[in-house]
Amino acid sequence: MAQKVAMDIYDGAYVNLGIGIPEMVAGFIPEGREVIYHTENGLLGMGHVAEIGGEDPELVNAGKKYVTAIPGAAYFHHADSFAMIRGGHIDICVLGAYQVSEEGDLANWSTGNPNDIPAVGGAMDLVAGVKTIFVITKHTTKTGESKIVKQCTYPLTGKNVVSRIYTNYAIIDVRDKQLYVRELAPGVSFEFLQKHTEATLNQ
Amino acid sequence: MINKIVNSAKEAVAGIFDGATVMISGFGEAGSPVELIHALVDQGAKDLTVVSNNAGSGHVGLAALIENRQVKKILCSFPRTAISVVFPELYRAGEIELELVPQGTLAERIRAGGAGVPAFYSPTTVNTPLAEGKEIREFNGRQYVMEEAIHADFALVKCSAADKYGNLIYNKTARNFGPVMCMAAKTTIVQAKQVVELGSIDPEHVVTPGIFVHRVVEISNPADESKLVAENVKYHGIRQ
Repeated sequence: MAQKVAMDIYDGAYVNLGIGIPEMVAGFIPEGREVIYHTENGLLGMGHVAEIGGEDPELVNAGKKYVTAIPGAAYFHHADSFAMIRGGHIDICVLGAYQVSEEGDLANWSTGNPNDIPAVGGAMDLVAGVKTIFVITKHTTKTGESKIVKQCTYPLTGKNVVSRIYTNYAIIDVRDKQLYVRELAPGVSFEFLQKHTEATLNQ
Repeated sequence: MINKIVNSAKEAVAGIFDGATVMISGFGEAGSPVELIHALVDQGAKDLTVVSNNAGSGHVGLAALIENRQVKKILCSFPRTAISVVFPELYRAGEIELELVPQGTLAERIRAGGAGVPAFYSPTTVNTPLAEGKEIREFNGRQYVMEEAIHADFALVKCSAADKYGNLIYNKTARNFGPVMCMAAKTTIVQAKQVVELGSIDPEHVVTPGIFVHRVVEISNPADESKLVAENVKYHGIRQ
């Protein structure tokens, strides 16, 4: 999945990668493409994760992992960092999801469980401001329920914000509040995909 | 004569009163002014409203301040971390109030507070539960949420170098909320790794101009908070 996302990140793009699986995308960018990574805690030009022994507690990414900065990187404060996001300057953001609806609504910050500590971080700012939102997620939950749904039952992160969904079964575009299958994973038929998807899919 | 340098963290946090709103810089441990926070634990001001991105990890820094029952309310974007124990326990027990604010909205509300802008409209949170009860207004066919500025009585901020006028530079991603918090507090208190002579920070490189800063204390060997968290160090303060 991360490899498929990486193929769609074009040369010269400014990209923000969410915490978790989205972080893996950076490892698959094809040779010859120059991509600048933004991390919302205040760095443009994020490099690799820091090597053991080379960690700097004052150089972290949005997931609070120790990272490095590339030559040509820039540091800035949070208001500037989120001006880059909200102001539409970041080209692509790759995020995880609890649910995506057929209209491109995203739920990825809260399960609504009152026992959970609510935490949102920068997710709502990212979906509100970044030009293109890619979601990378397993197609179904651990208990086999579709994560691509008619309507999100979890609290929304943003409405009509997702451009494309990358799952272990398919790549699906969101266009005009409808879902269009762009590519099927090897061995997956459209019928199988629809059977495991609550939302209505178009071929 | 302008000289904002004070001699100790204790002196730096003097006058923080019960019920004050206190902004605390840092993104997780990076940029968190742990020595100033511990001085505030020692000082003992209570019923504080804290504005900070997170709600502390382990039992040091902001977590120690919360554990010492000095915080009645926190405004933050991400109150849980991998090793946050203090906040979740008090929150579930209903003993601390939380206002959850998206990270960019938090930064901009603080910036607005410092810039004399009482409120602004943001696309963030439209159609989500976090916009409930807030004014929605349409501009150019798109909906926006009105967000109000945040002001503080005090800001506690960490930087890498300061001069006696209060000009500051920061280190890498430890900068995070520091510059906007300095702007938004009536009294901005800074811990600097190094206090330098006037003129030794190139004016082109000053990140926070001294007008936004009121007290500076040199903490030349600050604790590595992530190490304290990893070692499960507990800070209980110096009883006075």
